[in-house]
Amino acid sequence: MLTAPSLGYLLLSPMIIVFAAAVIGVLVEAFMGKTHRAAVQLTISIGALLLALVQLWRIRDLSSTTAAVNSVTIDKAGIFLQATVVVLALIAVLLIADQENFTAQASAVPGSNEEAVALLQKNQQTEIFPLFLFAVGGMMLFPVATDLITLFVALEVFSLPLYLLAGLSRRRRLLSQEAALKYFLLGAYASAFFLFGAAFLYGYAGTISLVGISSAAGSANEVFLLIGIIFVSIGLLFKISAVPFHSWTPDVYQGAPTPITAFMAACTKVAAFGALLRIFYIGFAEAQTIWQPIITVIAILTMVLGSVVAIAQRDVKRMLAYSSIAHAGFLLSGVVALSKDGLAASLFYLMAYGLTTLAAFGIIGLVRDSTGEVTDLNRWVGLGKKSPLVGSVFAFLLLSFAGIPLTSGFIGKFAIFSAAYQSGNIAIVVSGVLASAIAAFFYIRVIIMIFFTDPVNDSVSVIIPSVKSKISISVATVASLIFGVAPSWLLTSATNFATFIK
Amino acid sequence: MSLLTLVGALPLVGAALMYFIPSKNIELVKKFALLVTTLVAVASIFLAIGFDKSVTSMQFTQSNSWISAFNINFAVGLDGISLVLILLSTILVPIVVLATWHESDGGRWSVKTFYVLILILETMMIGVFAATDLFLFYVFFEAMLIPVYFLIGGYGSANRSAAAIKFLLYSLFGGLLMLASIIGVYVISGNQIGATFDLTQLATLEIDNQTENFLFLGFFIAFAIKAPLWPFHTWLPDAAKSATPGTSVLLLGVLDKVGTYGMIRFCIELFPDASKTFTPLIITLAVISIIYGAFMAIGQKDIKGLIAFTSISHFGFITMGIFAMTTQGMSGSNLYMVNHGFSTAALFLIAGWMMARRNSSIISDFGGLQRVTPVMAWSFFIAGLSGLALPGLASFVSEFLVLVGTYTRYPVAAIIGTLGIILAALYILIPIQKTLHGPVTPGNEKMTDLNLREKIAIAPVIAIIVVMGFYPKPVLDLINPTSEKVVTNAGFTDPVAEVNK
Repeated sequence: MLTAPSLGYLLLSPMIIVFAAAVIGVLVEAFMGKTHRAAVQLTISIGALLLALVQLWRIRDLSSTTAAVNSVTIDKAGIFLQATVVVLALIAVLLIADQENFTAQASAVPGSNEEAVALLQKNQQTEIFPLFLFAVGGMMLFPVATDLITLFVALEVFSLPLYLLAGLSRRRRLLSQEAALKYFLLGAYASAFFLFGAAFLYGYAGTISLVGISSAAGSANEVFLLIGIIFVSIGLLFKISAVPFHSWTPDVYQGAPTPITAFMAACTKVAAFGALLRIFYIGFAEAQTIWQPIITVIAILTMVLGSVVAIAQRDVKRMLAYSSIAHAGFLLSGVVALSKDGLAASLFYLMAYGLTTLAAFGIIGLVRDSTGEVTDLNRWVGLGKKSPLVGSVFAFLLLSFAGIPLTSGFIGKFAIFSAAYQSGNIAIVVSGVLASAIAAFFYIRVIIMIFFTDPVNDSVSVIIPSVKSKISISVATVASLIFGVAPSWLLTSATNFATFIK
Repeated sequence: MSLLTLVGALPLVGAALMYFIPSKNIELVKKFALLVTTLVAVASIFLAIGFDKSVTSMQFTQSNSWISAFNINFAVGLDGISLVLILLSTILVPIVVLATWHESDGGRWSVKTFYVLILILETMMIGVFAATDLFLFYVFFEAMLIPVYFLIGGYGSANRSAAAIKFLLYSLFGGLLMLASIIGVYVISGNQIGATFDLTQLATLEIDNQTENFLFLGFFIAFAIKAPLWPFHTWLPDAAKSATPGTSVLLLGVLDKVGTYGMIRFCIELFPDASKTFTPLIITLAVISIIYGAFMAIGQKDIKGLIAFTSISHFGFITMGIFAMTTQGMSGSNLYMVNHGFSTAALFLIAGWMMARRNSSIISDFGGLQRVTPVMAWSFFIAGLSGLALPGLASFVSEFLVLVGTYTRYPVAAIIGTLGIILAALYILIPIQKTLHGPVTPGNEKMTDLNLREKIAIAPVIAIIVVMGFYPKPVLDLINPTSEKVVTNAGFTDPVAEVNK
């Protein structure tokens, strides 16, 4: 007789809540009238995320950690990463709720009559909410998945909705659709690499569980292990946009609707780094001599290239895309550190970076002219004069990206570089500070454009943000400020939660 | 809470209170800024009164946990060196506010913003000299760049935004190198005595030679950029030319001192062995700075550029004195920092008034000011003579001490450095002759002399320059014990018996 496996529903409950809400969202799409759909969807999304957060708080001290027949491990670090995803998603959903940014009808060909009619009827593509929730659910699963198949499933669950969401921009739709297609094709490639690597690892270890791979290390032909590690890493490095797998990032960041870019930039990083950390800290820890030099080189390349190429960017979204590449390099030094300090620093960094990123993209969404958002930096000149508050907040966020003291970006950088230095990776620290110096140049150039240049006639205006955007941007900015001036609480929590359980 | 923290926080509180003053009421904003900065100056004099000269350990200390995860504390304290630098800063700020009353009127942003930035900067200047926690020092060191950046870029002249970004990038680059070294020191402390940023504890670390050399360089390059030492100096002339005279005073008078102060407090105290290794190189750079700065100053056509290059020459003297590793040299350099602060302030403020009246900063546009504006001309004359270290004026004592202190260990460097004094006579006296003496040249006939506000602002500076020239004992009494301690702790003894000061 078959006995039902014990799934550990309590541990899974935060994810179940989000997935269930996503399914309900689909039903709402089917049965709900057009008029209230957006409001209902938003309520469901916020409610589910809040509930998931409460549930995460309740399970934070549970002693049992594995669930769903050992395919998921909800340990301390896992809970912290999930909470980070949920908190960032809560802020992001308020930006996404600003329907103004999304196409009225995604199926209508850009420029066609059908599109004009949809716009006229004030149609809304409210499917973004269930898609968003599915993505969040996948992002929550990714960093806690402990076998290769679950990892792959989670990867696809959060990637597929993102491919769609990236193509839903209201304006410059062709650019948006191009971005979505690029993201999908390259993403599919990366997934294939991941799967290929997973097959090799299975062949090497005879098991798909990370713990099993770890204990099998050294027992068989190292070449299989090496190939497996490399290909799995490629899949993950693609998601965090590490060099040389970064080329999709600027195009997608630029083309996607700005709130989606914000969500993607903040939450995908958390999820993908969470999984990367777990895989390397648990699955490949025994084989560190194989991968550490490779990841070190990639980290250095990523931070240097991201910082250097960002200088040449004239579009603010592309610039932040390259800046996110550089930050991925900094974050990789936490992976290379392979220590509890490294993990704690990464957890802090991900939260701090996510908040800053959300606020920055939130503000980009506010800078517009009559045809929509303006992301050309040359037209941002004199913004500080027209709107001192928005200009100052954006300048503060840029300084945080640059890692100037008294911002959360600085504390994160300090924590992660200390961990890397501690573990003996001094080359990464030195490259990191040099890359930061290069990066400072383009952040500061934007500040100059905003404050030190006089506005020209065709420059842009800052729209008055909706209440939702206002809440979202101010919460993210204030949190970013607090974590810069008084980071103790978050740092201590990150340290307390920095344990992966095998 | 120690008095030191209160003094440091006062300008910040003032900046916050500025919020309640309507931006349109410009006069009130300025008067309030003057009131706050004067209060700070008075309060800091109480610090000096309460300071016990016989004790060489830190005084007015306070330590509160700030970021417990890294054992970072809000730890401040004073010894003789930091006390005189804080006094320099707090006394200069109200003078600058009073002297440059109209400087902020034509800026990119409001007058209020200007004074808020000045007040924030003052807190950071006090903090950077008071911090006894390495991390806290770094935070002040880097964060103070931001208000200066906005002061240069928002209120300066001509190429202000280019100069501002050059200043910021140079400083950030140095700062980030220092960050790598700070992380290194922190990690090493974690391995040896438990992770800490406390300076006294960090000084006890045993670091192997190679690592120590690299860590030392991280700090030293940051401070050499700040000070600025040849060949890291190229940002300074641009910044000084583009900033308003008031900002330049704070930049050259106070902020650059952070560089030389850092060399003493961090390079020598934390890495005595590496300091020994690099001393010949640094002395060479310092001598080059002295001579190079002097020659460049002689060639300057612009008054602001002239003062900037004389400063590079003077910073060469200060660095030379520090790394001579003798008590006279160390005391002399410390005294020089104070004297240079006041002399440069006088030069820049008066030059600022001259330029504002003539609407030009080119030396050859002026001529015969002695007849038209006697008070302004005399003040400029005295400030200039102090700049060339004329006996009886402030800089002489310190320059003499530096040269004596250096001669006992590095005679050649001291002799070449002495050439700098001769060149100083050239670069000061020629412009003074051109601008002040001789016939009144066209364009200068209607120039007005200093008004009461300007006289009140410059009088204390001139008084300090003269008094410090004749009677530097009160300041030397504050400096000497700490200087001796630094030299002794670094493992040096004076080559000759100590001279009586």
